[in-house]
Amino acid sequence: MSDAAAAVQHHGPPQGFLRKYVFSLDHKVIGKQYYGLALVAVFTGMFLSWLMRFHLVWPNAAIPGLQWLSRVGAPGGVMTPEYYLSLLTMHGTLMVFFVLTNAPFAAFGNYFLPIQIGAEDMAFPRFNMMSFWTTFAAFLALMTAFFIPDGPPISGWTAYAPLSAVGPDAGPGLGWGQNCWAISIALFCVASLLGSLNFIATTLDLRAKGMTLMRMPICTWAWFITSCIALLAFAVLLPACLLLILDRIAGTSFFIPAGLVVSDRLQPHAGGSPLLWQHLFWFFGHPEVYIAILPAMGIVSHILINSMRKPLLSHKVVIGSMLSIGFLSYMVWGHHMFLSGMNPFSALVFSFPTLIITIPATVLTLIWLGSLYGSNLQITTASLFSLGFISMFVSGGVSGFFLAQPSIDIYLHATYFVVGHFHLVMGVAAIFGIFAGTYFWFPKMTGRMMNETLGKIHFWFTFVGAYCIFMPFHYLGLAGNVRRYSSFVDDFMAPLMPVHKFITIAALFTGAVQLVFLFNLIYSRFKGAPAPDNPWNATSLEWTIPSPPPWDNFGGKHPVVYHDPYQYGVEGASADFIMQTSPEKLPEKS
Amino acid sequence: MGKIFAVTLALIAILSAVPIVMNYWGPPEDISTHGHAIDEQMKDTMYEAGFSFLAAQFILGLFIWQYTGRKTGDKLKTFPGGAKGLVIAALVLVGTEILALGVIGQKAWASVYFAAPDKDAMTIQSQAGQFAFYFRYAGPDGKFGGMHPDKIDEGNQNFFGLDPENDVDARDDVISGELGVPVNRQVNLLLHSKDVGHSFYVRELRIQQDYVPGLDLAVHFTATKPGRYEIVCTQLCGLGHYNMKAYLNVMSQEDFDKWLKEKSGQ
Repeated sequence: MSDAAAAVQHHGPPQGFLRKYVFSLDHKVIGKQYYGLALVAVFTGMFLSWLMRFHLVWPNAAIPGLQWLSRVGAPGGVMTPEYYLSLLTMHGTLMVFFVLTNAPFAAFGNYFLPIQIGAEDMAFPRFNMMSFWTTFAAFLALMTAFFIPDGPPISGWTAYAPLSAVGPDAGPGLGWGQNCWAISIALFCVASLLGSLNFIATTLDLRAKGMTLMRMPICTWAWFITSCIALLAFAVLLPACLLLILDRIAGTSFFIPAGLVVSDRLQPHAGGSPLLWQHLFWFFGHPEVYIAILPAMGIVSHILINSMRKPLLSHKVVIGSMLSIGFLSYMVWGHHMFLSGMNPFSALVFSFPTLIITIPATVLTLIWLGSLYGSNLQITTASLFSLGFISMFVSGGVSGFFLAQPSIDIYLHATYFVVGHFHLVMGVAAIFGIFAGTYFWFPKMTGRMMNETLGKIHFWFTFVGAYCIFMPFHYLGLAGNVRRYSSFVDDFMAPLMPVHKFITIAALFTGAVQLVFLFNLIYSRFKGAPAPDNPWNATSLEWTIPSPPPWDNFGGKHPVVYHDPYQYGVEGASADFIMQTSPEKLPEKS
Repeated sequence: MGKIFAVTLALIAILSAVPIVMNYWGPPEDISTHGHAIDEQMKDTMYEAGFSFLAAQFILGLFIWQYTGRKTGDKLKTFPGGAKGLVIAALVLVGTEILALGVIGQKAWASVYFAAPDKDAMTIQSQAGQFAFYFRYAGPDGKFGGMHPDKIDEGNQNFFGLDPENDVDARDDVISGELGVPVNRQVNLLLHSKDVGHSFYVRELRIQQDYVPGLDLAVHFTATKPGRYEIVCTQLCGLGHYNMKAYLNVMSQEDFDKWLKEKSGQ
């Protein structure tokens, strides 16, 4: 590895405030910047979901102060139907891109991937800085939509054409609001492409001596696989966004067919196909689910092994399952389009790989469960969130059985059943992964411990609260409650309103509990107990260096790796764990 | 704390299952000839998914209960059969489940999408636009008049852009805001979008199909029970999406004939 290591762009210690904290080349600072951005995005997104949930059950009630956010969208504080859709679009976009992609992958991956493989920094530190600041520009472009008179776009995070393509005729927010959205997502794609290239190059080229691929921790593997997925997925979404922008501002017709009459105006377009957008979008959109969940799987495995004081039943099977999930994720995008008017035969073709993806997912779940057996489980906030992840992943996963089948999709498509499914499996589960990672790595990142009591309070209310919010969504869907409605105006919905009220109250409460987390994060950053180098008695490389690590991670030394990543509970060893860099010989197996 | 976790998990699992087992909020009664197969498929899937859900949550809880707070000297144990056994279990159990659900489920899908409509099916055209559905019957000549997007004029009730002055076929076309159909007769519904994407969803009919601008689609069904059922739009189509609905009116043949006559007299 030493030849390859020479290829890295070395940079000296940061000089001055700007290089240290703003335009930093240090992967650790960039990781924290991503985390900070995700934090702003997640609280904004959550706040929007509060407003939406409130409006759904009390549609005519004024929300004090909402008129300040938009005078047009909420005159006197009462949300209009179109403003509900604006918030829905922004909630989805913020959460999927700026939280679920940024936090588990870009933030933690940036911070820990180089350290876990024993590198001084990423392969391309300048690219790394660029990818964060491009993401930041994307965030600003998206948030600008709030300040446009007719508000953010109302076309949802999926931005289906031609609604998103024909311009302001189609409704509020579809003028400059939609442009902001498309520009934001295009920028985000560029940033993610740069980021994932960097991750791949770093993993392949900068591993320390002795760090073979199979000696990489599971989370490193997860980030590596995720970056391969992201490279291919965002490379498709980027041109899709560019074509959308061209349709909108240059008069092209990639996604708009002839003869559309929108707002009494015959649209000057011809020859495009709305299905083309759906294919391009979901070719990205489905792998995106795994971009969110794979890093969480990796983080959770990494933490669980540490808490169980024993390795998973098989390192290879876990990595193999993650690889096959990544591979299969490219063959299933059409299951979002069973009823879209594509050839009904293709529904069958997309249905099978979708069902088959259940196999590696089940293998992972069984490996986690089987590894718990006979372990010596230590309960910390990090391990609680990891165990919670497994529970959420299962709950969100089983509803996939229904949606993978086109015949059942006829009834359940576009209902709250789908909302329940993806919120549990990619939203809540991935966020549990982020929480677990935060509680676990915070000591390394800041040099201070988080408060465990507050952490456990946070866990319990979040765990029960998330179930109270998202499980009832499935019941609503089974009853045929359609999603993306700003209010429910017909008699059919009356019996379901108590369920909606229950969900709203649970959402307001569970959201409020997140303030405990925010407080813990800020309080511990400044007042937390000082963290030792290795507070969890863990084995991987990040725990061999000081908390927080120096700017060049290993203080100019080159770590040498002797062991597989998870040497816990080795019989006959000097302690119940052997660090990867420990030269201690493993006792011969009898 | 492990024990509390285990109990919480078990409680959550049981409470989650109660509304489904007790069928508090199930689908409304099916009124179609094909819907039975979909309902059966959903029921079978519910058994398998429900079993997987409960089993996984209980085992997770059980292991957390058992293996938390052991003394540090306690010996670690390996799951009998190890990873290999679990991989085989996943392949066999989930593999069979997938094959069973996948293969049987295709029948229900095929009954809606692969069979051609009957020869004597009644053809009705529907058009979705922001934010209303309109339906068109061919009239006595059995032919639909051509559509001209430039002639669409909602103010003059010309929703489909017909040109009766020059087009003989269009003169007897009957337009309605409600989808009237005779009971027990197959209907072949043509779907045309005027502006953006919409969707046709009738819960009781177990039918949902997108309207795709520029791509005219068709779906066929037979309604078996007279009554009025809600048609809702399920594809986000703009600010009035939540309020885009119409009614499916299933009538006896006599009532339907009378209804159509009244509509054509307007």
